[in-house]
This record gives sequence, C-alpha cells and structure tokens, in this order.
Amino acid sequence: MSAMTEAIDLSLYAKPESAGTLGMDVAVEGISCGACIGRIESAVKSLPGVTEARVNYTNRRLHVAWSETLTEPSRIFQALADNGYRGHPFVALRAEQEEAAEARNLTRCLAVAGFAAMNIMLLSVSVWSGNVTDITPETRDFFHWASALIALPAAAYAGRPFFSSAWQALRARTLNMNVPISLGVILALSMSVVETANHAEHAYYDSAIMLLFFLLVGRTLDHAMRRRTRAVAGNLAALRAETAHRFNGDELVNVPAAALKAGDRVLVRPGERVPADGEVVGGSSEIDDSLITGETARRKVAAGAIVYAGSLNYSGALTMRVTAAGGSSLLDDIERLLEKAASAKSRTRRLADRASAIYAPVVHTTAALTFVGWWLYGAPLHDAIITAIAVLIITCPCALALAIPAVQVVASGALFKRGIILNAGDAIERLAEAGTVIFDKTGTLTLPEPRVVNAGDVDPALAQLAARLALSSRHPLAMALAREASARAPFEDAVEEPGQGVRAMIDGAEARLGSASFCAVSAEGEGIAGVSHIYFSCAGKAATFAITQRLRPDAIETVQALRDLGLDLHILSGDRAEAVRPVAEALGIRQWRGGLNPAEKIAVIDSLKAQGRRVLMVGDGLNDAPSLAAAYVSLSPISAADVTQAQADAVFLGERLGPVYDAVAISRRARRLMMQNLWLAALYNLIAVPVAIAGLVTPLIAAAAMSGSSVLVTLNALRAASKSKTLTEGDPS
Amino acid sequence: MNVLVYLLPMALGLGLAGLFGFLWALKSGQYNDVDGAALRVLSDDDLPK
Repeated sequence: MSAMTEAIDLSLYAKPESAGTLGMDVAVEGISCGACIGRIESAVKSLPGVTEARVNYTNRRLHVAWSETLTEPSRIFQALADNGYRGHPFVALRAEQEEAAEARNLTRCLAVAGFAAMNIMLLSVSVWSGNVTDITPETRDFFHWASALIALPAAAYAGRPFFSSAWQALRARTLNMNVPISLGVILALSMSVVETANHAEHAYYDSAIMLLFFLLVGRTLDHAMRRRTRAVAGNLAALRAETAHRFNGDELVNVPAAALKAGDRVLVRPGERVPADGEVVGGSSEIDDSLITGETARRKVAAGAIVYAGSLNYSGALTMRVTAAGGSSLLDDIERLLEKAASAKSRTRRLADRASAIYAPVVHTTAALTFVGWWLYGAPLHDAIITAIAVLIITCPCALALAIPAVQVVASGALFKRGIILNAGDAIERLAEAGTVIFDKTGTLTLPEPRVVNAGDVDPALAQLAARLALSSRHPLAMALAREASARAPFEDAVEEPGQGVRAMIDGAEARLGSASFCAVSAEGEGIAGVSHIYFSCAGKAATFAITQRLRPDAIETVQALRDLGLDLHILSGDRAEAVRPVAEALGIRQWRGGLNPAEKIAVIDSLKAQGRRVLMVGDGLNDAPSLAAAYVSLSPISAADVTQAQADAVFLGERLGPVYDAVAISRRARRLMMQNLWLAALYNLIAVPVAIAGLVTPLIAAAAMSGSSVLVTLNALRAASKSKTLTEGDPS
Repeated sequence: MNVLVYLLPMALGLGLAGLFGFLWALKSGQYNDVDGAALRVLSDDDLPK
C-alpha cells in the first residue's frame, strides 16, 4: 500500500505445520489463466526456505509452507507483487471449513449409493425380465439375497444424512422431509428382507437405494454450489481485510486490523480507513463517517475525539489509541438494537418444511388407512401390510425433496453469475416475497466513493493533466479525480505536501493540485453541502473540480425496473434531508426521509411490518446493520461495513445497483418454479397413490415412477437459469 | 446357472475396487482443485530443458 518500507507482521496467519515449518493460505488476486499456476508456484518456490507452494486454481488460493528459520514471510507477498499478483493472507472461516467437511461426507455417501444403485439395478432388471420369462425361483432368491447384501450396508452408510436429520426432527417433535424419506427407506428394506425370506416374487431394494441416490445427487449439488460462492466470499473478505500501522515502541509495524488489541497505538495516514474503534491521541484531520452513519459532511477531529472503524481519514495523519469495541455510545446503541432486532425476528418457515408438514401426515394416514381398509375387506394380514408399505414406498418424497433444492442450486448459480452472493440459505424464498424495498442512500444508491461531477465543464486536456497528477496523492479527493484519468502513468517527480496538495513539473511549468490557497487560486462554490472542491493550476491555467457522492450508474433504470415489478420504494437515510432530497427526486422516489438514527429506521420498518408489508432492506452503513436484521430480507453492497455485511442475507458486487433488481427477479422466478415443482410432485402422487392403494404396484412401476418424477422436477428447475430480462449480464469474479 | 456363483462376486468385487479407488482419490485431495488439474496438464515445466 504505502511506499514506505515497513515490516509486515503475519503471525496471525502463519500456522505451524510439520516440524519446523510454517504454513499459510493466501487469497490471490489476478489469477486469470492456467499459465498463472506455474508462474506463481515457481516464483514462490524460488524463495529461500520455501518448502511448498501450491496454487488451487478452483478457489484462487495459494498454499505456502516455509521453514521457520529461513524466510521472512512478507517476501512471499513481494514475490507475488513482482509477478503482477496481489496476495492477501487468508484464514478459512469456520463455516467454510465445516461446509467442506460436510461436502466431502455427502460425496462419499453419494459414491456408495451410486455403486449400490448400479449393481442392484443390474440384478433387479434381471429379475424383472426373468419374472416374465423363465427365471427359476432359486435364481431369483439368489439375486434378491445378493441385492440385500449390497443394499443393507449401503443404505446404512449413505442414508446417515437423512436418518440423523429425521431423528433430530422427531426428537424436537416436528416433521421434516427426512422423516418420510427415512421411514420409506427403512420400511422398504425391512419388507424386502422379509419377502426375500418368504421366496416372494417382488423386492424393493432398488427403490430404496435409488431414492437415496437421487436425493444425494440433489444435496451434493446444492452443497457444491454453496461452497463455490462461499469460496469467493471468503476471498473477498481476505481482499478487504484492512491492515493497520501499529507502534511497537517508536517503530511502525504493519499488522492485520484483526490483530489489534485495546490500548494499541495506531497511525492512520490520509486516505486510509480507521482500522479499529478508538480515541484520537495526536494529530488533527477531517474524517468521513459516511460508512458509519450515512452522513456525507466531513467531521473535524483532534485529540480526544472518538473515531470508528471504517471511517475514512481525509487530510492529516492521526495517531489513535484502540479502545475495546462498544466503548462509545453509537456502537453501544447499534449493538443493543441489533440484539433486539435479532431476537424479535420470527424465523420464517421454509417452503420445504411447510410442504413436508402437510405432506408427511397425509401420506402416513393414507398408508394406515390402506392397511385398515384391506384388512377389513378381508385380505390376509401379510397382503394388507405389504400394500400399505407399497403406498409408503411409492409416495416416498423423492420428487418433493428434489423440488426445492434443485431450483435453489440453479437460481443461486444464476445469482452468483450476476455478482450476488447468498449468505442465508432461504434468502431466495424471502427475496421473492418482499413487497417493499427500503434503500439507504450513502454508499447504496450512491457509489461508495465520491466522484467528480463537473468533468464536462473543464478543458479535457487540463483535466487529464490534473488527473494524472492526482495519481500521486493518497488524499481521497485526489483519488476521486485520479479515477477520471485515462493515462495511468503518474508524473515522476510529483511531491505531496501533507494537508496541502501535490505538485510536479510538467513541461517546465509547475503544476499544483490541492487546496485553493496551495494552488494560489480563489475558492469558488464552497459551502454547498456535500460537495467538495479540489483545485488545479498549471502554467497560468486553472481548473476547479467539484467532487461529491454520485448515484450508481444504473440507479435510475434499476429503480424504475423495481417499480415496474410492483414494489413499493422508500429511502431512509442517516444523512441530512437536504442531501437526500436531490437523490430522491432524481430517482422519483416519493417516500423518503433523512436525518434518521438507527432506532428511527427500525421504527419505520416496524410500522411497515405492522401494515403486513414484507420489507427488503438494502443498506451498507454500520447504522443500517440493525435495520437489516429487523427487515424481512436484506441486501448489502460488498463495500458495506463488516458488521452490516454479516447481517445481510445476500451481498452484491460491483458498482451497479442492477443486482438488486436481478436478485428480486430471479428469486421470484425461482419461487414460482418451486411452487410448480411442488404441484408436479403432488400431481405425481395423485396418480401413483391410487395404483398403490389398489395393490398393483410392482418394483418396476415404483422405479419408473420415481425416476420419471425426479427427472421431471429437475428439468423444470433448470428453467430458473433460462434467459430472461435481467439488468446485469453475468460476469462472475 | 452355477456360473453365477462366481461371476456375481467377481462383478461386485470389481465394482467395489472402483468405489474404493474413488474414495481414496477423494480422501487424498484429488478433487480439491478440479479446474486447476485440467490446466496443469498443459504446462510443460516438467520437460527437460
């Protein structure tokens, strides 16, 4: 980041591996092709002391190990930088590790179920064809016992994910989809063993194992999709992780912000974000709190002032002392509101759970009635039981259990392609049900960083010179100007004068960029709220750039598209009303309020809730975190404060607002398909159950019906990704 | 039909060998980076120079 050489402390990330070696995972930016693998690995391996370097291309990470005594680990990052990559130390979140273990377990179950299904099918098809030709009873029994030998251990192994979940549900006295699944599998297998012992014509080993196989395919895909998005989210978190300059005595050490402790003294240079909450002990500056409160006007701070993690330091270097989190009234407020909002939130019941709550009792009652009916009708006890079990097998909710996960996989893949990463498993269902959208203004409707607004009024050649000069400055206003530069080459002899500006010699004349007095020009247009000016002078010519928060480039069309979906739109901002009004007017949103504190935002959400509205909250500031938790469903941009992102049900990437529309549109279509699939599964049962009750089901019919209905719902689910109108076209990062 | 008595176990044995092969590959991390494996095969840095 800074040109100053400074030791980097990586002790937080390096973990001891085998004797005498340390290992670390690094999220690498810029891996774009296969050649990168070799380039990175050979560059890192050539460092003295590095024992292992292996790139994982799938999740864009590098694992390195080095012997403890030999290497300065920060050289690894230097080696990456020399080759044009940026590395960020990375620690896998527990959630990601747990999911990886779960995915491996599911894959093992899938492999076992697949092996068993193939072999049993081979035997079953022989029996089915033999039954209509000339199989001898002895051969049939032999094939049935062989099937039992494969099916029983395989089901015991591959069925564990279902059995344990069903058992947990039963212990909590509820029903989920796994209860009828487990019951169906266990009954089908036990009945088949009894029937085999009685030399019967039919056994249902293949139905039980095929059911497990299909369901495991659905679950494994669901997991794989979730892991892919998690890996990207984990890398983004590593990319965002801030570092801080901590004083060790008089010496400055670059440490990850996560390693800061209360009492540490930290230097915050201009243009950097405050790494932790704390109190200013030296220096004075202007601080931009917009990520915290939504307020766009800057705040003057000096010794004694409280600053919050995420604020942007504008003009001067600050020395601050880190205080424990919650040491200030604002953070305490937000913490308290968050707790309250989280506890007040009624967990919405997922569609699948609601479906199984209706489905399981109906199916089990039907089976019981079938048994009683046949028995009263005078059928032998054995036949009555067999028919009842056949009803349970044929209704075993294969299609029903695939109906929702299959859509979920396809829809979250489509969302991922458009830069939307889901945090909550049921976010799609809730996004589809939202009827009201509340936007925060600063950083949500507007871009997170300020932009030049009057570039068109300035002579283009002069503007390009100013923008190139701005490349040499770390001041946020200069950085905003630098984004306008088409040439990315800074002037070589540029000198930054802290708190003043930056100057350089261009073609023999001195050019200056900075405050009005530094450039020796008269200040103009000062005093407009929310607009800052930066001045440029060069060889007698001068220019003024007005810099302010600008709307996201597609904000207007996105808001219009959301309105066309029939959504009710609001803006609730922590910024002053006069700063909110122009944004609301430009977007045509009539319901807006400014100057709200977090509690007032929640009050508005609660009053909307009381009217029965389902609120989608889109926000990025720390002050929005409680509202995100209180809302029915929530979204936040990737630039949001960490606490806020943790509350959001989904995070969207990039500069555009379009993902908000896409999230709602894709979720709505996904929900429609989920409902369709549930009806398809119900229709299948409506046809199959009478056949089963009549006692006409053979294993062949059961197998055909089960595969047919499963394939049907899966094909229907694929439509969730079909081309239709979305605002962003997929560019996965 | 006596031929089935050894043909069936043989078929199962072969299938099981495949299953354990897959489980071993999974355990030894060969599925951790499927995209990378497809690209690594193209690099010729293992050739003698």
